[in-house]
Amino acid sequence: MKVYDLIILGAGPAGITAAVYAARKKMDFLVLSNDVGGQTAWSGDIENYTGYQFITGPELTLKFEEHMKTFSAPLNIPEGVNDIKKENDLIKVTTNKSEYISKTAIIATGKRPRMLDVPGEKEFKNKGVSYCATCDAPIFKGKNVAVIGGGNSALDAALQLTKICPKIYMINITQQLTGDHIMIENVNKSGNVEILNNSKMKEIAGDNFVKRIVIEKENETRALDVEGVFIEIGLIPNSEFDKITEHNKYGEIVVDCHNATSISAIFAAGDVTTVPEKQIIIACGEGSKAALSAFRYLSTHKWG
Amino acid sequence: MNIKIYSTPTCPYCKLAKQYFSSKGLSYEDLDVSQDKNALSEMVKLSGQMGVPTIVIDGKIVVGFDKAKIEELLKV
Repeated sequence: MKVYDLIILGAGPAGITAAVYAARKKMDFLVLSNDVGGQTAWSGDIENYTGYQFITGPELTLKFEEHMKTFSAPLNIPEGVNDIKKENDLIKVTTNKSEYISKTAIIATGKRPRMLDVPGEKEFKNKGVSYCATCDAPIFKGKNVAVIGGGNSALDAALQLTKICPKIYMINITQQLTGDHIMIENVNKSGNVEILNNSKMKEIAGDNFVKRIVIEKENETRALDVEGVFIEIGLIPNSEFDKITEHNKYGEIVVDCHNATSISAIFAAGDVTTVPEKQIIIACGEGSKAALSAFRYLSTHKWG
Repeated sequence: MNIKIYSTPTCPYCKLAKQYFSSKGLSYEDLDVSQDKNALSEMVKLSGQMGVPTIVIDGKIVVGFDKAKIEELLKV
Protein backbone atom coordinates (compact mmCIF):
# COMPACT_ATOMS: atom_id res chain seq x y z
CA MET A 1 0.00 0.00 0.00
CA LYS A 2 1.18 3.50 -0.83
CA VAL A 3 2.70 5.41 2.07
CA TYR A 4 1.94 9.14 1.98
CA ASP A 5 4.18 11.70 3.68
CA LEU A 6 1.14 13.39 5.14
CA ILE A 7 -2.61 12.93 5.36
CA ILE A 8 -4.69 15.99 6.21
CA LEU A 9 -8.10 15.33 7.72
CA GLY A 10 -10.53 18.16 7.05
CA ALA A 11 -10.69 20.94 4.45
CA GLY A 12 -11.74 23.97 6.43
CA PRO A 13 -9.41 26.97 6.87
CA ALA A 14 -6.88 24.90 8.86
CA GLY A 15 -6.84 21.88 6.53
CA ILE A 16 -6.71 23.97 3.34
CA THR A 17 -3.87 26.14 4.64
CA ALA A 18 -1.98 23.01 5.70
CA ALA A 19 -2.51 21.67 2.14
CA VAL A 20 -1.12 24.86 0.58
CA TYR A 21 2.00 24.64 2.76
CA ALA A 22 2.38 20.90 2.16
CA ALA A 23 2.15 21.44 -1.60
CA ARG A 24 4.76 24.19 -1.48
CA LYS A 25 7.05 21.88 0.49
CA LYS A 26 6.52 19.24 -2.23
CA MET A 27 5.22 16.72 0.25
CA ASP A 28 3.38 13.67 -1.05
CA PHE A 29 0.04 14.23 0.66
CA LEU A 30 -3.70 13.72 0.53
CA VAL A 31 -6.64 15.69 1.95
CA LEU A 32 -9.72 13.79 3.14
CA SER A 33 -12.84 15.74 4.06
CA ASN A 34 -16.62 15.66 4.24
CA ASP A 35 -16.82 19.12 2.72
CA VAL A 36 -14.82 22.19 1.72
CA GLY A 37 -14.75 25.28 3.91
CA GLY A 38 -16.18 23.72 7.05
CA GLN A 39 -17.87 26.30 9.24
CA THR A 40 -16.57 29.11 7.02
CA ALA A 41 -18.91 27.95 4.25
CA TRP A 42 -21.84 28.62 6.60
CA SER A 43 -20.59 31.94 7.95
CA GLY A 44 -22.34 35.15 7.12
CA ASP A 45 -20.36 38.38 6.86
CA ILE A 46 -16.67 38.27 7.74
CA GLU A 47 -14.99 41.57 8.59
CA ASN A 48 -11.95 40.43 10.54
CA TYR A 49 -9.94 38.41 8.03
CA THR A 50 -6.90 40.54 7.22
CA GLY A 51 -6.77 41.74 3.62
CA TYR A 52 -10.53 41.61 3.17
CA GLN A 53 -12.41 44.51 4.74
CA PHE A 54 -15.54 42.58 3.95
CA ILE A 55 -16.16 39.13 2.53
CA THR A 56 -18.90 36.52 2.98
CA GLY A 57 -18.24 33.00 4.23
CA PRO A 58 -19.09 31.30 0.90
CA GLU A 59 -16.87 33.76 -0.99
CA LEU A 60 -13.90 33.25 1.33
CA THR A 61 -14.41 29.49 1.01
CA LEU A 62 -14.20 29.78 -2.79
CA LYS A 63 -10.99 31.82 -2.45
CA PHE A 64 -9.51 29.13 -0.18
CA GLU A 65 -10.54 26.42 -2.61
CA GLU A 66 -9.11 28.27 -5.62
CA HIS A 67 -5.85 28.82 -3.74
CA MET A 68 -5.59 25.11 -2.94
CA LYS A 69 -6.43 24.17 -6.54
CA THR A 70 -3.58 26.27 -7.94
CA PHE A 71 -1.29 23.68 -6.32
CA SER A 72 -3.39 20.76 -7.59
CA ALA A 73 -3.73 19.54 -4.00
CA PRO A 74 -5.19 16.02 -4.00
CA LEU A 75 -8.57 16.29 -2.29
CA ASN A 76 -11.03 13.47 -1.68
CA ILE A 77 -14.57 14.71 -0.88
CA PRO A 78 -16.91 13.65 0.50
CA GLU A 79 -14.88 11.15 2.47
CA GLY A 80 -15.31 11.02 6.23
CA VAL A 81 -12.73 9.55 8.56
CA ASN A 82 -13.84 6.81 10.94
CA ASP A 83 -10.61 5.89 12.68
CA ILE A 84 -6.95 6.84 13.09
CA LYS A 85 -4.33 4.43 14.43
CA LYS A 86 -0.59 4.30 14.80
CA GLU A 87 1.07 0.98 13.96
CA ASN A 88 4.78 0.30 13.49
CA ASP A 89 5.68 3.97 13.20
CA LEU A 90 3.06 4.51 10.48
CA ILE A 91 -0.37 6.09 10.65
CA LYS A 92 -3.41 4.22 9.40
CA VAL A 93 -6.48 6.26 8.52
CA THR A 94 -9.76 4.44 7.91
CA THR A 95 -12.55 6.31 6.12
CA ASN A 96 -16.06 5.39 5.04
CA LYS A 97 -14.55 4.41 1.68
CA SER A 98 -11.00 3.14 2.09
CA GLU A 99 -7.81 2.87 4.12
CA TYR A 100 -4.68 4.99 3.85
CA ILE A 101 -1.17 4.82 5.29
CA SER A 102 1.03 7.83 6.01
CA LYS A 103 4.10 8.91 7.92
CA THR A 104 2.43 11.97 9.46
CA ALA A 105 -1.09 13.29 9.84
CA ILE A 106 -2.82 16.58 10.60
CA ILE A 107 -6.25 16.45 12.19
CA ALA A 108 -8.19 19.56 11.18
CA THR A 109 -11.75 18.29 11.33
CA GLY A 110 -13.22 21.34 13.05
CA LYS A 111 -16.46 21.60 14.93
CA ARG A 112 -20.15 21.04 14.19
CA PRO A 113 -23.34 22.50 15.66
CA ARG A 114 -24.47 20.94 18.92
CA MET A 115 -27.90 19.34 18.81
CA LEU A 116 -30.60 20.04 21.41
CA ASP A 117 -31.60 16.42 21.88
CA VAL A 118 -35.32 17.01 22.41
CA PRO A 119 -38.26 15.11 20.86
CA GLY A 120 -39.06 16.38 17.37
CA GLU A 121 -35.61 17.79 16.61
CA LYS A 122 -34.53 15.03 14.21
CA GLU A 123 -37.97 14.53 12.67
CA PHE A 124 -38.34 18.19 11.79
CA LYS A 125 -34.83 18.85 10.47
CA ASN A 126 -35.28 20.79 7.23
CA LYS A 127 -39.00 20.87 8.05
CA GLY A 128 -38.72 23.96 10.20
CA VAL A 129 -35.64 23.05 12.25
CA SER A 130 -32.43 24.71 11.06
CA TYR A 131 -28.86 24.94 12.27
CA CYS A 132 -27.92 27.67 9.79
CA ALA A 133 -29.74 30.99 9.97
CA THR A 134 -27.52 32.40 7.21
CA CYS A 135 -28.71 29.68 4.82
CA ASP A 136 -32.31 29.22 5.77
CA ALA A 137 -33.55 32.51 7.27
CA PRO A 138 -34.99 33.80 3.94
CA ILE A 139 -37.33 30.80 3.75
CA PHE A 140 -39.06 31.92 6.95
CA LYS A 141 -40.04 35.37 5.73
CA GLY A 142 -43.31 36.48 7.36
CA LYS A 143 -43.39 33.61 9.84
CA ASN A 144 -43.02 33.49 13.61
CA VAL A 145 -39.85 31.71 14.64
CA ALA A 146 -37.77 30.74 17.68
CA VAL A 147 -34.02 30.96 18.18
CA ILE A 148 -32.61 28.58 20.75
CA GLY A 149 -29.51 29.79 22.58
CA GLY A 150 -28.15 32.91 24.22
CA GLY A 151 -24.64 33.41 22.86
CA ASN A 152 -23.32 35.40 19.91
CA SER A 153 -24.37 32.91 17.25
CA ALA A 154 -27.93 32.88 18.63
CA LEU A 155 -27.97 36.69 18.71
CA ASP A 156 -26.62 36.81 15.17
CA ALA A 157 -29.38 34.46 14.02
CA ALA A 158 -32.01 36.56 15.80
CA LEU A 159 -30.69 39.75 14.19
CA GLN A 160 -30.86 38.20 10.72
CA LEU A 161 -34.46 37.17 11.41
CA THR A 162 -35.64 40.51 12.85
CA LYS A 163 -35.66 41.98 9.36
CA ILE A 164 -37.99 39.38 7.87
CA CYS A 165 -40.05 37.76 10.65
CA PRO A 166 -42.89 39.44 12.58
CA LYS A 167 -42.01 37.76 15.89
CA ILE A 168 -38.90 36.03 17.18
CA TYR A 169 -38.69 34.20 20.49
CA MET A 170 -35.23 33.72 21.98
CA ILE A 171 -35.21 30.66 24.19
CA ASN A 172 -32.27 30.93 26.56
CA ILE A 173 -31.56 28.35 29.24
CA THR A 174 -29.48 30.65 31.49
CA GLN A 175 -30.45 33.70 33.55
CA GLN A 176 -29.41 36.17 30.91
CA LEU A 177 -28.00 36.31 27.40
CA THR A 178 -24.26 35.68 27.26
CA GLY A 179 -23.35 37.34 23.94
CA ASP A 180 -21.70 40.70 23.28
CA HIS A 181 -23.45 43.77 24.69
CA ILE A 182 -23.67 45.50 21.34
CA MET A 183 -25.52 42.52 19.85
CA ILE A 184 -27.87 42.26 22.83
CA GLU A 185 -28.59 45.98 22.46
CA ASN A 186 -29.38 45.56 18.78
CA VAL A 187 -31.70 42.65 19.51
CA ASN A 188 -33.50 44.67 22.17
CA LYS A 189 -33.77 47.66 19.82
CA SER A 190 -35.38 45.61 17.06
CA GLY A 191 -38.71 45.51 18.90
CA ASN A 192 -39.85 42.11 17.63
CA VAL A 193 -37.70 39.79 19.72
CA GLU A 194 -39.10 38.37 22.95
CA ILE A 195 -36.32 37.03 25.17
CA LEU A 196 -37.28 34.13 27.42
CA ASN A 197 -34.52 33.48 29.94
CA ASN A 198 -34.37 30.50 32.31
CA SER A 199 -36.29 28.60 29.65
CA LYS A 200 -35.66 25.03 28.67
CA MET A 201 -36.72 23.46 25.39
CA LYS A 202 -38.92 20.40 25.92
CA GLU A 203 -40.27 19.53 22.49
CA ILE A 204 -40.61 20.53 18.85
CA ALA A 205 -44.02 19.59 17.45
CA GLY A 206 -46.10 19.86 14.30
CA ASP A 207 -47.56 17.79 11.48
CA ASN A 208 -45.56 17.71 8.25
CA PHE A 209 -43.76 20.86 9.37
CA VAL A 210 -43.02 22.59 12.67
CA LYS A 211 -46.08 24.23 14.22
CA ARG A 212 -45.02 24.89 17.80
CA ILE A 213 -42.40 24.42 20.47
CA VAL A 214 -42.92 23.53 24.10
CA ILE A 215 -40.72 25.21 26.69
CA GLU A 216 -40.41 25.04 30.44
CA LYS A 217 -39.90 28.27 32.35
CA GLU A 218 -39.82 28.32 36.13
CA ASN A 219 -41.62 24.97 36.39
CA GLU A 220 -44.36 26.02 34.00
CA THR A 221 -44.70 24.60 30.52
CA ARG A 222 -45.72 26.85 27.72
CA ALA A 223 -46.38 26.23 24.03
CA LEU A 224 -45.31 28.82 21.49
CA ASP A 225 -46.66 28.81 17.94
CA VAL A 226 -43.70 29.03 15.59
CA GLU A 227 -42.96 27.64 12.14
CA GLY A 228 -39.19 27.88 12.34
CA VAL A 229 -36.70 26.80 15.01
CA PHE A 230 -33.09 27.94 14.73
CA ILE A 231 -30.80 25.99 17.02
CA GLU A 232 -27.67 27.93 18.00
CA ILE A 233 -26.40 26.32 21.20
CA GLY A 234 -22.74 26.09 20.45
CA LEU A 235 -20.40 23.68 18.76
CA ILE A 236 -18.77 20.35 19.48
CA PRO A 237 -15.43 19.12 18.11
CA ASN A 238 -15.38 16.47 15.39
CA SER A 239 -12.89 14.35 17.31
CA GLU A 240 -14.85 11.17 18.17
CA PHE A 241 -13.02 9.12 15.51
CA ASP A 242 -9.68 9.84 17.19
CA LYS A 243 -9.32 7.48 20.12
CA ILE A 244 -5.56 7.78 20.52
CA THR A 245 -4.55 11.39 21.17
CA GLU A 246 -5.29 13.22 24.40
CA HIS A 247 -8.51 15.28 24.48
CA ASN A 248 -9.65 17.85 27.05
CA LYS A 249 -13.03 17.59 28.79
CA TYR A 250 -14.75 19.28 25.83
CA GLY A 251 -13.40 16.69 23.41
CA GLU A 252 -10.86 19.10 21.91
CA ILE A 253 -7.52 17.61 20.87
CA VAL A 254 -4.74 18.84 23.15
CA VAL A 255 -1.93 20.49 21.15
CA ASP A 256 1.26 22.33 22.07
CA CYS A 257 2.47 25.50 20.37
CA HIS A 258 3.94 23.40 17.54
CA ASN A 259 0.57 21.70 16.95
CA ALA A 260 1.94 18.40 18.23
CA THR A 261 -0.61 16.08 19.86
CA SER A 262 0.15 13.51 22.56
CA ILE A 263 1.02 11.01 19.79
CA SER A 264 4.19 11.73 17.80
CA ALA A 265 3.73 12.27 14.03
CA ILE A 266 0.09 13.24 14.56
CA PHE A 267 -0.52 16.97 14.53
CA ALA A 268 -3.78 18.87 14.88
CA ALA A 269 -4.94 22.36 13.93
CA GLY A 270 -7.89 24.73 14.13
CA ASP A 271 -11.20 24.54 15.96
CA VAL A 272 -10.91 20.83 16.77
CA THR A 273 -7.95 21.61 19.05
CA THR A 274 -7.39 23.35 22.39
CA VAL A 275 -6.02 26.45 20.62
CA PRO A 276 -7.37 29.54 22.40
CA GLU A 277 -9.90 31.47 20.29
CA LYS A 278 -11.73 29.87 17.40
CA GLN A 279 -11.34 32.21 14.46
CA ILE A 280 -10.86 31.65 10.73
CA ILE A 281 -7.59 33.53 10.70
CA ILE A 282 -6.31 31.56 13.69
CA ALA A 283 -7.31 28.24 12.10
CA CYS A 284 -5.36 29.25 8.96
CA GLY A 285 -2.28 30.12 11.01
CA GLU A 286 -2.54 26.88 12.95
CA GLY A 287 -2.86 24.90 9.71
CA SER A 288 0.33 26.42 8.36
CA LYS A 289 2.18 25.71 11.63
CA ALA A 290 0.98 22.11 11.65
CA ALA A 291 2.16 21.55 8.06
CA LEU A 292 5.58 23.03 8.86
CA SER A 293 5.80 20.86 11.98
CA ALA A 294 4.92 17.77 9.93
CA PHE A 295 7.56 18.76 7.37
CA ARG A 296 10.17 19.13 10.11
CA TYR A 297 9.16 15.79 11.59
CA LEU A 298 9.54 14.11 8.18
CA SER A 299 12.99 15.56 7.64
CA THR A 300 14.28 14.60 11.09
CA HIS A 301 12.90 11.06 11.35
CA LYS A 302 13.80 7.84 9.59
CA TRP A 303 11.42 5.12 8.57
CA GLY A 304 12.69 1.57 8.10
CA MET B 1 -32.63 17.53 -19.70
CA ASN B 2 -34.68 19.78 -17.45
CA ILE B 3 -32.89 21.05 -14.34
CA LYS B 4 -34.41 23.29 -11.67
CA ILE B 5 -32.60 24.59 -8.60
CA TYR B 6 -34.60 25.99 -5.70
CA SER B 7 -32.13 28.17 -3.82
CA THR B 8 -31.51 31.16 -1.58
CA PRO B 9 -28.81 33.76 -2.33
CA THR B 10 -27.07 33.10 1.00
CA CYS B 11 -26.75 29.34 0.87
CA PRO B 12 -23.23 28.16 -0.01
CA TYR B 13 -24.25 24.74 -1.29
CA CYS B 14 -26.73 26.39 -3.68
CA LYS B 15 -23.79 28.33 -5.11
CA LEU B 16 -21.71 25.16 -5.40
CA ALA B 17 -24.59 23.31 -7.08
CA LYS B 18 -25.05 26.07 -9.66
CA GLN B 19 -21.30 26.17 -10.34
CA TYR B 20 -21.31 22.41 -10.77
CA PHE B 21 -24.04 22.47 -13.43
CA SER B 22 -22.41 25.42 -15.21
CA SER B 23 -19.06 23.62 -15.25
CA LYS B 24 -20.75 20.66 -16.95
CA GLY B 25 -22.22 23.02 -19.54
CA LEU B 26 -25.75 22.24 -18.33
CA SER B 27 -28.32 25.00 -18.18
CA TYR B 28 -30.74 25.19 -15.27
CA GLU B 29 -33.62 27.26 -14.02
CA ASP B 30 -32.70 29.05 -10.79
CA LEU B 31 -35.62 29.75 -8.47
CA ASP B 32 -34.85 32.08 -5.55
CA VAL B 33 -37.25 30.90 -2.84
CA SER B 34 -36.40 33.86 -0.61
CA GLN B 35 -38.11 36.15 -3.15
CA ASP B 36 -40.49 33.88 -5.05
CA LYS B 37 -43.30 32.68 -2.76
CA ASN B 38 -44.82 30.40 -5.41
CA ALA B 39 -41.48 28.72 -5.98
CA LEU B 40 -41.12 28.17 -2.22
CA SER B 41 -44.50 26.49 -1.86
CA GLU B 42 -43.80 24.45 -5.02
CA MET B 43 -40.50 23.27 -3.52
CA VAL B 44 -42.14 22.34 -0.20
CA LYS B 45 -44.92 20.48 -2.03
CA LEU B 46 -42.52 18.58 -4.29
CA SER B 47 -39.93 17.61 -1.69
CA GLY B 48 -41.88 17.66 1.59
CA GLN B 49 -39.15 19.70 3.24
CA MET B 50 -37.70 23.23 3.39
CA GLY B 51 -33.96 22.76 2.93
CA VAL B 52 -32.08 24.37 0.04
CA PRO B 53 -30.79 23.61 -2.46
CA THR B 54 -33.57 21.37 -3.69
CA ILE B 55 -32.66 20.21 -7.17
CA VAL B 56 -35.09 18.68 -9.65
CA ILE B 57 -33.57 16.77 -12.58
CA ASP B 58 -36.19 15.56 -15.05
CA GLY B 59 -38.77 15.28 -12.28
CA LYS B 60 -36.43 13.50 -9.85
CA ILE B 61 -35.74 15.30 -6.58
CA VAL B 62 -32.39 15.72 -4.86
CA VAL B 63 -32.29 17.49 -1.50
CA GLY B 64 -28.98 19.18 -0.80
CA PHE B 65 -25.93 19.24 -3.07
CA ASP B 66 -25.68 15.44 -3.17
CA LYS B 67 -23.07 15.09 -5.91
CA ALA B 68 -23.22 11.28 -6.10
CA LYS B 69 -26.99 11.26 -6.57
CA ILE B 70 -26.84 14.11 -9.09
CA GLU B 71 -24.22 12.31 -11.17
CA GLU B 72 -26.32 9.16 -11.11
CA LEU B 73 -29.35 11.08 -12.41
CA LEU B 74 -27.33 12.88 -15.08
CA LYS B 75 -26.07 9.61 -16.54
CA VAL B 76 -29.59 8.24 -17.06
